[in-house]
Amino acid sequence: MTRADQITFDGVSKKFGENVVLDDLSFGVAAGERVTLIGPSGSGKTTILRMLMTLTEPDSGTITVDGDNLFQEMRNGTLVPAREQHLRSVRRKITMVFQQYNLFPNMRVLRNVTEAPVHVLGLSQDEAEARARELLEMVGLADKIDAHPAHLSGGQQQRVAIARALAIRPEVLLLDEVTSALDPELAAEVLDVLRDVAKSTSVTMLCVTHAMKFARDISDRVLMFNEGRIIESAPPAELFDAPQHERTQRFLRSLREES
Amino acid sequence: MSGGLWLRLLDGLLVTLQLTGYGAVLGLLFAFAAGLARLSRHRVVRGIAFAYTEGFRGLPALVVLFWLVFALPGLGFQLNPLFAGVLALSLNIGAYGAEVVRGAVLSVPAGQIEAATALNFTRWQRMRRVVLPQAVVAMVPPFGNLLIELLKATALVSLVYLQDLTFQGQIVRAATGNTAMTFFGLLVGYGVIALILTILMRLVERRAAASLGRAVRPGLLSGRTS
Ligand SMILES: Nc1ncnc2c1ncn2[C@@H]1O[C@H](COP(=O)(O)OP(=O)(O)OP(=O)(O)O)[C@@H](O)[C@H]1O
Ligand SMILES: [Mg+2]
Repeated sequence: MTRADQITFDGVSKKFGENVVLDDLSFGVAAGERVTLIGPSGSGKTTILRMLMTLTEPDSGTITVDGDNLFQEMRNGTLVPAREQHLRSVRRKITMVFQQYNLFPNMRVLRNVTEAPVHVLGLSQDEAEARARELLEMVGLADKIDAHPAHLSGGQQQRVAIARALAIRPEVLLLDEVTSALDPELAAEVLDVLRDVAKSTSVTMLCVTHAMKFARDISDRVLMFNEGRIIESAPPAELFDAPQHERTQRFLRSLREES
Repeated sequence: MSGGLWLRLLDGLLVTLQLTGYGAVLGLLFAFAAGLARLSRHRVVRGIAFAYTEGFRGLPALVVLFWLVFALPGLGFQLNPLFAGVLALSLNIGAYGAEVVRGAVLSVPAGQIEAATALNFTRWQRMRRVVLPQAVVAMVPPFGNLLIELLKATALVSLVYLQDLTFQGQIVRAATGNTAMTFFGLLVGYGVIALILTILMRLVERRAAASLGRAVRPGLLSGRTS
């Protein structure tokens, strides 16, 4: 962790009942850095992204983004649990794309992408639409603007979800296994879009994925999780080709056998 | 049967339709107010809504009606009889409707609220722009059933001398002495209204499903969505 880190986890722990999910976890991510999180099922990867999105609270420890403490705020000189207003102010820079897309079925594609820019950022309808059209073009769905989400394939829905996330101009983009619900071909389309995003923007990316080729292409660093701790952290070439830890070696072997 | 008696039945029909229509509007209001209040973050609000829904679901609508019409005047509140009827019916149907609203809101997947949070919507925006438009679609079929229940319950008001279809039927029966024909007429009268309401609700159901881009099978009365 360095002073310049945009995101910091400091001694973060989380239990669900007796199940210790994160165990005194500390790490940092620099602004603009692309970090991939890998590790066996249940090792806490999703929990980390959900905490950054303020969807899950840690039991203890501190998480900051640009120096702002996510879950606590100063009130009359003491730190108190953050209220909705504080959460909204720290959430402004962050957004997340989910494994199950979670498009709003009650809005057509274009409105899925313009809704937050208009009602959260306060853009005019015209501005928001122009930007949405650009983004939908970028993800290759300019012709689906008037479609209902229910009428799109999974891959198309996920690409709309990416456009929707980018429309609020995030500084931090969280991606949780965004292709694992998709057939390989559709997954490839989505990953291509994300490569584009990585190339054409400076957004910080935290990415849980088992698509190793993709992780190699876009990441600056790969974090290997096991039982709520980071057991190895290295650039992709190093971590994938010469893993140090026995658990990492075993995990990568099982991934390769799967694919 | 003389023309005057036919007119009586027509008048009665009108009162029944008024009771059903006003009762539905006011009942919907109670249902949303109480259903959403039961999901409030504030315990007191939840408590009041809980007391209302559990209380009025346990009370026969007739008892509420007698209360409003015969007991309240004793306490110095004289309600217009039609309004008393509408109020009694809608308090009752609203308590059932509140459960429908609550259930429908809770049926919206958590992922929808999380996605709205990830886009930094306010609490109210999440409700108003994401949750409610989806929940309403789930409410339409059970609301259709409640509407028919409401129609049937309107017959109770004849017991407090409101001149609805059932009340006028009794008058016609007394005047003509033809019990079988009169009750057959009522059967047809309520049956036709119920059928029209059912068809209307199916139309609403189809539109609601279409708003989520769901396919609807053709045919008015098939009405199943997938
Ligand atoms: N809301 C919850 N309630 C109870 N347990 C939970 C909850 N969320 C997560 N867990 C548990 O916490 C552990 C870590 O979950 P998490 O989803 O972070 O793992 P993951 O690394 O993302 O796994 P996967 O690769 O399967 O997605 C798991 O054992 C999971 O069962
Ligand atoms: Mg996960």
